[in-house]
Amino acid sequence: MADAISRRPAHLRFVAMGFVLFWLVVAAFPFAWTVWGSFKVQGDFFSRDSWWNAIVGTNTIRITGGPFTGAGYWGAWVETGFWRAALNTAVVTAAVTVISLTLGTLGGYALARSTYRYRFAILVAALFFRAMPDITLVSGYLLPFFQLNIWGYLPTAVIVLVALNQPFTLWMMYSFFQGVPRDLDESAMVDGCTRFQAFRLAVMPVMWPGVITTGLFSFLLAYNDFSVTALILTAQNQTMVPKIASYLGQIQSDGNIMYAVAAVVSVTVPIFLLVMFFQRYLVSGLTAGAVKG
Amino acid sequence: MGPSLVAMLLFIALPIVSIVLQSLHIEHPQVVVVSETCQPFGGCTETTSVDAAATAQLRAERPLGQFNGFGTYFDRNHLAIDQLGEILSDNAGPGDALARIYNLPLYRALAFTLAYTAVVTPLAMLLGFLIALAVNTVPQAIKGPVVFFSLIPMLITPLVGALILYWMLSAEGILGAAIQQIFDDPDLSTRTSAPLTWATLMTYGIWTNAPFSFIVFYAGLQAVPRDTLEAAMIDGASRIDRIRFVVLPSLRPLVLFVLLVQLMDNFRVFEPIISFNAAANATSLSYLIYASLNTQTTQLFGSAAATSVIMIGFITVLIVPVLLRVARELTAGRGA
Repeated sequence: MADAISRRPAHLRFVAMGFVLFWLVVAAFPFAWTVWGSFKVQGDFFSRDSWWNAIVGTNTIRITGGPFTGAGYWGAWVETGFWRAALNTAVVTAAVTVISLTLGTLGGYALARSTYRYRFAILVAALFFRAMPDITLVSGYLLPFFQLNIWGYLPTAVIVLVALNQPFTLWMMYSFFQGVPRDLDESAMVDGCTRFQAFRLAVMPVMWPGVITTGLFSFLLAYNDFSVTALILTAQNQTMVPKIASYLGQIQSDGNIMYAVAAVVSVTVPIFLLVMFFQRYLVSGLTAGAVKG
Repeated sequence: MGPSLVAMLLFIALPIVSIVLQSLHIEHPQVVVVSETCQPFGGCTETTSVDAAATAQLRAERPLGQFNGFGTYFDRNHLAIDQLGEILSDNAGPGDALARIYNLPLYRALAFTLAYTAVVTPLAMLLGFLIALAVNTVPQAIKGPVVFFSLIPMLITPLVGALILYWMLSAEGILGAAIQQIFDDPDLSTRTSAPLTWATLMTYGIWTNAPFSFIVFYAGLQAVPRDTLEAAMIDGASRIDRIRFVVLPSLRPLVLFVLLVQLMDNFRVFEPIISFNAAANATSLSYLIYASLNTQTTQLFGSAAATSVIMIGFITVLIVPVLLRVARELTAGRGA
């Protein structure tokens, strides 16, 4: 339908298209460049002569014989033990996602169905807690954790990340449950379900999109975290992001900066895949809190 | 909701109590033993030595350290009351006073944190809005890929995203080399000058924050009432007028929501400073806390806690007014 609202003069369409293209280059080019460069040697990716070297790989051909090399990846994953960090990240993010979803689903449901006045207070408190910078809370955790002797272990990081996740998860699940009509669980309870059965059998089946969306954001928060994992885990138990930060100090001097480049690309790939498969859920989640309001 | 509440109380409210407690204490000084050795003719000399065993025992018995009241808050590394008084009472003009205040660590970090928040928040929202308007006009078929690539800067790990830009901007990277060529100055580097460091950090901030505004505003644009738009057109409103008088008012709740989230996120700016290795030219409050905890020797819990309390104070002043408005609007529209 060519209605009047979406009809636009040609020059305006042209400007808009140009702006979108410009933005896409700004948004995507850094990653394309880094992925391409991660298969070169340092002399090419950080070329003193010409950036053209990074594209054709002049020094890479001279040193390794081919235009591409996996030396950076080998050095990062095998020699400096990035695989261990990747494993730790997998454990931490999986545990954080599952636990925050369980807590957040129950909490969000209870909050959405409660008629008490304290609901507003809890939601505002959750928002306020969301405003607390992670690092201020971490500085509060450290000393008690040293005293309890639980500093440095993966489960400790999981618990902290779950807690930091809660305000956000609670808000998100709350707004998704608000979208499910009360009649649904009430009619299930009229049919003889208990409150929990109504929740499990009637409400949950229509809630999966909301659960997936919230799960994605819990995953991203745990996966992207630096301040908690950098200060709470021992070097042995480090996850990928603090591991990359630790490369920065030690590797720059050893001339192995390509290890860090390879590690950076390795961390980014799962996020790319995630966005590719779950784009619809991501978009609905980003707008859930706001648009429905 | 029990477990979720308990988790929030235990791990968010309790640490706040913990940092308040910690901020009132300070690390034990080392136990020093003074011993006097006297020589037959040379008189006596006093030597001081650290009693390591006694120090360790003291620290184990009272891990919080000794009570220091508000001492940590007022020392040179935090609010620096004495230094401030000195600067204000004796300076060579306001320029000199500001420069000397800027040299105090907390005020230096505060200056960057506030400047970053004040610059990045509106610019990222504006850029996001423009992108949303532009993406709204592209053909349906390519909207999916466009949204996909637009989301990447925001979903990427902050430390990693900043690192990628840092490498490209370094003197041997593609952007850094290009900038040197454009300005024909082979020594030009974002690392050496403070204004350039600030500018790159803020550019990174806008780059990584714009997608959030974009996606929320984009979704909001789909919900702008068409009837009103048509009516405005029939009444002869121009394109700009329609954006100003129809689109923007209907996006108003979203603008508040985005503003709130962006204020929260920008005020805690931290990772880019690590990635850009920028601490010499720009520090933030979060970075100060990290620096107090990530030390080679004793971790300065009291100092980190005092900075945290000060930071939470600023957040409360900055965010609570917006937060209350958003919460009221969000809960008001939604049934009982």
